Amino acid sequence: MSSHAHTGGSTVHAPIAEPSGFIRKYIFSVDHKVIGIQYFLLALTAVVIGIVLSLLMRFHLVWPNATLPFVSGGQMSQEQYLALVTMHGTIMVFFVLTTAPQGGFGNYFLPIQIGAPDMAFPRLNMLSFWVTFLAFVCIIAAFVVPGGAPISGWTGYTPLSGLGEITGPGEGWGQTLWILSISLFCLASLLGALNFIATTIDLRAPGMSLMRLPLTVWGWFVTAILGLLAFGVLLAGGILLLLDRSAGTSFFIPAGLVVNDQLQAHSGGSPLLWQHLFWFFGHPEVYIAILPGMGVASHVLSTFARKPVYGYRAMAYAICAIGFLGFMVWGHHMFVSGMSPYSGFAFSVLTMSIGVPSAIKTFNWLGTLWGGKIQFKTPMLFALGFVSLFVSGGLSGLFLAQPAVDNMLHATYYVVAHFHLVMGVAAIFGIFAATYFWFPKMFGRMMNEPLGKIHFWFTFVGAYCIFMPMHFIGIAGGIRRYADASAVGFLAHLQPVHEFMTIAAFITGAAQLFFLCNFFYSLKFGPKASKNPWNATTLEWDTDSPPPIDNFGGHYPSVYRGPYEFSVPGAVDDFIPQWQEPAQVARVK
Amino acid sequence: MRIRKRNSGSVATPALLSLILVVLVAITVYVFASNLPWAVRPAPITSVGAEIDHQYDLTLAVTGTVFILSQLGLAFAVFKFRDHGQRAHFTRGSNTLEAIWTTATIVLFLGLGLMGHKAWAEVRFTAPAPDAIQVEVTGNQFVFNFRYPGPDGKFGRLDPKQISASTGNPLGIDANDPAGKDDIVVPTLTVPVNHEVNLLIRSQDVIHNFYVRELRIQQDAMPGMVIPLHFTANTIGQYEVVCTQLCGLGHSRMHSYLNVVSDADYDAFLKQQAAGQ
Repeated sequence: MSSHAHTGGSTVHAPIAEPSGFIRKYIFSVDHKVIGIQYFLLALTAVVIGIVLSLLMRFHLVWPNATLPFVSGGQMSQEQYLALVTMHGTIMVFFVLTTAPQGGFGNYFLPIQIGAPDMAFPRLNMLSFWVTFLAFVCIIAAFVVPGGAPISGWTGYTPLSGLGEITGPGEGWGQTLWILSISLFCLASLLGALNFIATTIDLRAPGMSLMRLPLTVWGWFVTAILGLLAFGVLLAGGILLLLDRSAGTSFFIPAGLVVNDQLQAHSGGSPLLWQHLFWFFGHPEVYIAILPGMGVASHVLSTFARKPVYGYRAMAYAICAIGFLGFMVWGHHMFVSGMSPYSGFAFSVLTMSIGVPSAIKTFNWLGTLWGGKIQFKTPMLFALGFVSLFVSGGLSGLFLAQPAVDNMLHATYYVVAHFHLVMGVAAIFGIFAATYFWFPKMFGRMMNEPLGKIHFWFTFVGAYCIFMPMHFIGIAGGIRRYADASAVGFLAHLQPVHEFMTIAAFITGAAQLFFLCNFFYSLKFGPKASKNPWNATTLEWDTDSPPPIDNFGGHYPSVYRGPYEFSVPGAVDDFIPQWQEPAQVARVK
Repeated sequence: MRIRKRNSGSVATPALLSLILVVLVAITVYVFASNLPWAVRPAPITSVGAEIDHQYDLTLAVTGTVFILSQLGLAFAVFKFRDHGQRAHFTRGSNTLEAIWTTATIVLFLGLGLMGHKAWAEVRFTAPAPDAIQVEVTGNQFVFNFRYPGPDGKFGRLDPKQISASTGNPLGIDANDPAGKDDIVVPTLTVPVNHEVNLLIRSQDVIHNFYVRELRIQQDAMPGMVIPLHFTANTIGQYEVVCTQLCGLGHSRMHSYLNVVSDADYDAFLKQQAAGQ
């Protein structure tokens, strides 16, 4: 190892030496920036797999009898479809929506935005990534084990997931690997959450008070607190489920179950307990996916509208309120589960109230744009798309939050449309906004604007074409997780809409090639990026693109003002960076 | 490097984005307003179902208004405040507006939630009438079975050890319990019109769900629990019963019918079944 520090000469801090070997530098690196990129690339791999799985599903829904080249037997079977459902959900929720915004961008930019040289615990950070990677290997391995991937959905409800292969194909090895993968992921995320929290609390630069944190940092910080409280619960649930399957315990399995005419030797457990544990994690997980996106949207909207974030304090408090309320609403996933109806009522009222901070955020996003001088760069387009999608996807939640109305919409495509828009597509728009916005900082080159815009138009219109019609077929009773619509009479007339959505999905999926080409082309051939290509205000723009190993090249910034000082009256420039000393701000004479 | 001012000031991008948002609103409103066959729910066959629809319509009015205003507001802001060389209007926000907005959404959303409580409470907080017809619904991979207590009005005891679909005892009715001798087990649910029915929903293996669109009812069949659910159907007809909880390989084929029939037809159904037992 060659990380002994060089003496720093005239700088205040001794610069950290860059490790010399390839493995130390790029594989087992303790540099938060390398780890951030590792998380990002992992998520990029996962999202490609996840999209391919979803396209296979969409294909099967419309052309169930088509012969597929790589499918044994030629046609996709019911269990293969259900395996796709399960794996798509799991890969997207854990390895994309959790991994990219928090593990990727949070890791890379949280320390820089608060003026820190690294995470509080760099080695722990490295461990978090590699355990996440191991979890990813486990989930992918589920495809190739005997019996194939599990078919119990991303929620892994017991007893379907708890009794082994007797309940169906994929419920043997595949399900075990799924649980193992989720448990490892939880462990890694717990460590990551600790690291984020310690870093935010302890490593802020002089002058970086909480109310001067960029809203991105608020997003990552509150997400980390959610992660700390939520992942531990699912980890415990995963261990108990594993014991039910392999050690003969019955935490989640009641007495007297008969599967395939065989009486099961379990007694005393409760399937509802798994649902409570799962959703105690699962609902905060929605906010784990979306809060960083909200932070990025606020950050990017302000930067490209050349205006301070409207109601900064309200925005920070709203993030905290969403995080807090996010822990009290998990039961709205269980209105029809057999849980006490009085609990259903309580969860309903709490869920409706989480709409309030969400509405505050929307209001303030519009307020940020109002009276602005909006520059339509690609990251801005994705941030604007985020706002539109978040509103569309969020509002349908007000239906599902009411148990009576949920009675008719539960388990239909309405729910699929709702959560895809609000936590899937909106969160992915947050990721895209972040990618286009920070690519120059991370890789030192600009991405191609025209390609970026084409990518945006196709993705924005495409996402609505896929997911808006989905609401309607949900209202008409279209049931989710059906491999085959032929057995149910009232599903037949919904097929043309499925065809439309499938075509839209394939076009939107193909349009992601614009992004991939742009990304890899720009890595190598994009024009060189300056320190601050967007004329932005936060600390990451005070350092080279890409930043040196210690982030600020031996000097550490001080912070003199809030994060979004755009178009300040009396200043010459339309932005005043956080790091600029008051005396150096050019004033209009 | 400075951002090229001219590029940022292009009118095409904001115009296109605004247009897309306006079209989005127009199409959405059109589909909701025009009752296209793939976008409507069937008419409800219970009074509670009608109440649920009413609450749904109310929610649609509220969320629809917010949807239209916010998407069109976004479209307007995007076009109106595009960079055409002006200086942005500097403001950090307004506490008054925040307070108004927050109060308005609290009243609106919580009000809506509390109003929606009524339709839920009528089904879920109340007991069925004492003379409600009792029918036990059992899900197993991948069929529904419906059990009527027969002339004695009592369900026979169940013994999981005696479950054997192949010998005609899919529910495991205890052969030693006289109350079970006259129990009727059928694959479809038949109920009389305008008479309260109390379902006792259970599962033998994994979680299933009992869903009838026209009843506006979904209820999981949770292993280890017997979940009561009552309704009064007011329209004669045949309706599909489906499973909506992922229950394994044959999930999408788990299907049955609810037959709502006249009193005379219901009596005939019971007689015919009793004769067949």
